[in-house]
Order: sequence, then C-alpha cells, then structure tokens
Amino acid sequence: MRRLFLISVPYLWLLALFLIPFVIVLKISLSDTALAIPPYTPQLDLTTGWEGIKSFFGALDFENFVWLTEDDLYWKAYVSSLQIAVFSTLFALLVGYPIAYAMAQAPEQWRATLMMLIILPFWTSFLIRVYAWMGILSQEGLLNQFLMWLGVINEPLIILNTNKAVYIGIVYTYLPFMILPIYSALEKLDGSLLEAAEDLGCSRFTAFWLVTIPLSKNGIIAGCFLVFIPAIGEFVIPSLLGGSSTLMIGKVLWEEFFANLDWPVAAAVAVVLLLILIIPIILFQRNEQKQREAEQ
Amino acid sequence: MKRFTWFNATALTLGFAFLYLPMIILVIYSFNASKLVTVWAGFSTKWYGELLNNTQMLDAAWVTIKVAVVSSTLATVLGTMAAYVMVRGGRFMGRTLFSGMIFAPLVMPEVITGLSLFLLFKPVFTQFSAQTIILAHATFSMCYVSVVVSSRLVAFDKSLEEAALDLGCTPFESFRLVTLPIIAPAVISGWLLAFTLSLDDLVIASFTTGPGATTLPMKIWSAVRLGVSPEINALSTIMIAIVTVGVITASISTKRAALRQRAEERAAAG
Repeated sequence: MRRLFLISVPYLWLLALFLIPFVIVLKISLSDTALAIPPYTPQLDLTTGWEGIKSFFGALDFENFVWLTEDDLYWKAYVSSLQIAVFSTLFALLVGYPIAYAMAQAPEQWRATLMMLIILPFWTSFLIRVYAWMGILSQEGLLNQFLMWLGVINEPLIILNTNKAVYIGIVYTYLPFMILPIYSALEKLDGSLLEAAEDLGCSRFTAFWLVTIPLSKNGIIAGCFLVFIPAIGEFVIPSLLGGSSTLMIGKVLWEEFFANLDWPVAAAVAVVLLLILIIPIILFQRNEQKQREAEQ
Repeated sequence: MKRFTWFNATALTLGFAFLYLPMIILVIYSFNASKLVTVWAGFSTKWYGELLNNTQMLDAAWVTIKVAVVSSTLATVLGTMAAYVMVRGGRFMGRTLFSGMIFAPLVMPEVITGLSLFLLFKPVFTQFSAQTIILAHATFSMCYVSVVVSSRLVAFDKSLEEAALDLGCTPFESFRLVTLPIIAPAVISGWLLAFTLSLDDLVIASFTTGPGATTLPMKIWSAVRLGVSPEINALSTIMIAIVTVGVITASISTKRAALRQRAEERAAAG
C-alpha cells in the first residue's frame, strides 16, 4: 500500500506534467491554425460521442510539417542550429580539455578549490552570464577598446550581433559541462601508464596522444554531449548575442509562439526539433550506461 | 608532490580568466557613475540606490523567491520519492517509462518544455499565475533532485535499513531514522539545485506566466533586450555576491562535516 503510494505520486505527476503535454504538442502540431480562441482547429468535442472523435481525427493532417519544408526559414534554422552546436562543442572541447588536464595534474590540496571555481559560475544566473558579454563584445565595448589600445586593430571589430558572439556565448556558458566529465576521467588516470609509455620510448606528446587521450575518451564524449544537446535548442544566447541573421531553432519557435501566435506551427517546430535531438540523446544515454557498467 | 608545470599554470590562468573576467567586469561597471556602460566616469553607488527604489524590480524579486521556495520544496519531495522508487522500488509496471520520464526533462530544450506546459495548462486554468510557474518548475527540477539523491542512495549500504527493520522499526521509522539522515546532504543539495534552477529560469516561466506574475529573469530580459544598463549590472552584482557567499559557505561546511566524520570514525575505530 505504502509502496504503491510512493510509486504512484511521482509517476502520476510526471505523466500529467511531462508526458501528456507532449501528446498535446503532437496533437496541436497536426491541427490547423485558426482565428479563434484557442487559435487552432479541430477541437475535440466529446459531447457528440463517437462521431465527434471520428471527425476530430479526420481533421488532423501534416499540413504544418509540409509548411516547414516549404518555407526555407525553417530548414535553414535547423541546419544553422546544428552547425552552431557542432562548432561550439568543438571549441568548448579545445578550451576545456587543457583546463581539465591542468586541474587533474594540479597538486592534491588545490583540486577541491579548483573544482569549486569551475562549479561556481554554474550556480550564477545563466542570463547574467550571457548579459556580461554584451558590454564586452559591443562595437565600443571593452574588447575593442583593449585591442585598439594595444594597437592590434585600427577599427573596432563587429562581434556582437553576429554568429561569432553566439559561439563565444555558448562556449562560455557551457564550459563547466565540458570540463567536469573530462576532469573526472583524467583524475582517475594511472600516472604509471604514462611513465611506462615514456620508458618504452614514447615522447611526452606521443604518450599523451596514445595514452591520455584514449583513456579520457569517455569524459570527452560525455562532455561533448552535455554541450551539444542544450546548444541546439538554445534560445537566450542567440537572442541576446546573435543578430537578426542568426538563425536558431529555439529562437524561431519562440517567435512563432510569442510574436506570430501560431501555436500549431510552433508545435510542429518543437516536434521536429525533438526528432533531431532523439539520436544524440539516445547515444548519450548509452554512453552513460556503458560507463556505469564498466565501473561496477 | 606534484607541482604546477608552466603549461598547466598557463592553462588554468587563461581558463579562469575566461570564466571570471566577464563577471568581474560586470561587477566593476555596476559602480560606474556614467550611464554609458563602456565609459568609466568615476565611482558611484547610485545604481544600487535606483535599484532599491525600483518597486517593479523588487516586486519581481519577491515573486521569484516565492516561486523558487515553493517549487524547489515540491521538487525535493517528489524527486526524493522518485529516487527512492528508482533505487529501492524493485520491479514495477512501467519502470522503463518512469526512468525515461525522469531522464528526459534533463536534456529537453527549455522552449519545448515551456510550450508543452503552456498547451497543457491553457484549457485547465482560466488564468496563468505564479501557481502555474510553480507547477512547471517543480516538474523539471524534480528530475534534477532525483538524479542527485539517487546517486547518494546507490552509494549507501542497504543493510543499515534492513538492520533497522530487523530491530523492530516500521518502514517509515527506518526511513526517517536511518535513510533520511544519511541521504540528507544530497537532499539539501538537491533542494539548492532546484532553487537556483527556478531562480534562473526565463524560458519556461515566460511560457507559463500570467498577469501579476513577472519573475526577475523576465524583468532582466526585457531590460537587457534594449541594451546594457548599469542598473542591471547592479542587480547582477547583488545576485553574484549572494551565490558566491552561498557556495563558499556550503563548500566549507561540507569540508568541515567530512573532517568531523573522519575524526569520529577514527575515534570509533581506536
């Protein structure tokens, strides 16, 4: 009895507030936009019984999805989201790996502090961390002032409101997600393996390439997924740092919903985004599971 | 004894400069007298004064805190139950679906979660309010809580619970007297995580909000859309200060607790 209660409360909560909403999104993505309240048809009318259900399902169609393929705004937004997510993941790996490596090499008594310093930005508001870059990257911003003072450039660089700023923003905000799994993989690494490699005639770089990188593979994979998956659907960063030419699907969905009040198209955009995300999410979960089994 | 090599020292210096300089600059410019955020015009605390007189901002802060406290408490109760079910529940019907529903919100884009909850709430509630935001926040944060708590539940020895049951405890007493004290640190950090997630959320709150329930991130959002403003810098500085103090206090107290536990174990052994 008590067990049933314990299982059913969180279960029903998630069914009602997580799974059912998705069924509704799917249903509305198949509906038509209408000038009504709510702004879509058909409405399920149970008072007419079986006939009502039949006519309801008869009126559902894939029109919105066809629309997504016809207007090139949408597929361009999907492609550009993927592209931005892939490149920012690579940049985050290039920036994050040396930091994680240095943390794992640091003296024992330093590690807890370094770890805290990596986690601390994660607790601060995401919005504020993105906002911080607006004053730095703008045309009369601090980065341009600094570079002109150094004499590296004569004219201010245009970074804010371009895709470059979006890359910087994504790498900056998701960097801790890249560093932490790589660090935990590198920390477990047995130093004697490197010594053995060097004894056997490897140079330090070859030893790094042949021993350290393969042994931190799981951390790299986990970190990449943790950056890549949220980056695809990102909304705040492209809206604040990107320009009008920055196309990302999260932004398109937001505008479809809040500016155009087109719920069915917004729902269709969400369904397609979810379909794109399913593959990396499943791969990520498999990788996690494999690691967990390897540890046991 | 390991030492910093020049490579490691450079990587750490550059890395932490990248992570922290933007925030340090933000804090410095909150004390700028000029309204132009990129030109330094002398030290001033006037933006803090203006912030304290901005009743809209203060109202939004109050709404945000209320939403965060209630939703994170709900999320902690639900998330702990979910973790317990996942780790100790054994087999039950639909277990795979359940674990999927706990995992999925962690990787779900916020725009999708927000849209789906909006479409669910629309026919149910006549008007959206702080309550609808609370329901939305509790749902996605409970999954984070359950991940944190279940990692602790997996680590601890099940035989302690069994011993309590053998010694005549009811299952609830064994949970209250044995399990709960052991998982307490995870439950607390789960609550803190849920609290910050709720405090931080712009996207899901925007979809599920109604009249009179403007949260702080929404307020900040509409201000920064128009460009950089020193008042937002002042607000950010206050928020950064609170988080920094909180995280440092928490990490010191967990370190102390760990030291104390080690000392007790040593005393018990010796």
